[in-house]
Amino acid sequence: MNASWGPHDIGGQMAGPIDLSEHDIAHWEWQIDAMVRLALEKGLISDFAELRDGIEQLSADDYDRLSYYERWAKSLAYTLLSKGAITEQELNGKIEAIRARQEAEGLR
Amino acid sequence: MTGHDDHDHGRTFQPDHPEPTSDAALVGLALRELLIEGGHYTAEEELAVIAEMQGASPENGGKIVARAWTDPEYKKRLLINGKDSIKELGFDLEPYEFTVMENTDQVHNVIVCTLCSCYPRALLGMSPAWYKSRNYRSRVVREPRAVLSEFGVDLSDDVDVRVHDSTAELRYMVLPQRPAGTDNWSEDDLAALITRDSLIGTQRDLSTK
Repeated sequence: MNASWGPHDIGGQMAGPIDLSEHDIAHWEWQIDAMVRLALEKGLISDFAELRDGIEQLSADDYDRLSYYERWAKSLAYTLLSKGAITEQELNGKIEAIRARQEAEGLR
Repeated sequence: MTGHDDHDHGRTFQPDHPEPTSDAALVGLALRELLIEGGHYTAEEELAVIAEMQGASPENGGKIVARAWTDPEYKKRLLINGKDSIKELGFDLEPYEFTVMENTDQVHNVIVCTLCSCYPRALLGMSPAWYKSRNYRSRVVREPRAVLSEFGVDLSDDVDVRVHDSTAELRYMVLPQRPAGTDNWSEDDLAALITRDSLIGTQRDLSTK
């Protein structure tokens, strides 16, 4: 079976040893998780399949490079943009505002 | 947030919740602020959801297993219809299908979600990072015995391994074997033996120590 649906379709591939260490979930990651749940609850997205569809739109490079909740963030953005719930302009404006705030706070 | 221009050395403290600065994480933070400002949900609702997620743990799955071990009729119902049977104990995984797979002397079950990270969070708490990792998702369906041995589970050849691939619509949980020497144990004491990994299937034998 060589067919693959995309970078997420990795079952059966060769891969390295499993890193068994436990990881804490950072506060912002809980916030992303809660955002997706609330987006579902409030009807902004209709089911988890939509979130998965957004993840499956990621490039192979992004899929590998991004952390778990980074993928969720990009996926929800993709979904809400394509549904017109938010605009590219709003999102980019907000990203710039946060970036500027972080710079002022010495975070970057 | 306040500035720190009044002293010229670097930050001398860590904020309680450091913000991420990667581009992708910023997309997430920006979305969150847009949705909250747009009135789609409130910060209070966010806190409530986070508290609920943090409250779920493998103790929930453990209660289901202990009931199945001590009530043969319940176990039958659970294996036939997981989704409805857990409601008897106050748990609910709707809208997902939910199937419990029983380990026996001849069969060992292990769960995965090869395409993403589906997992019965309400019963097991948050999934471990390895469950979501490329290496686990890729390999456990290809060479489950080798993967299990990395978790310290060495199965003899006469034990079948069954790997169950979860989907967005169907979640699995493993019913581990009741350890020997626990015949007179209470349901609560039995529940306390059950670990997260035994419910995923990356642990086979439960310790009574």
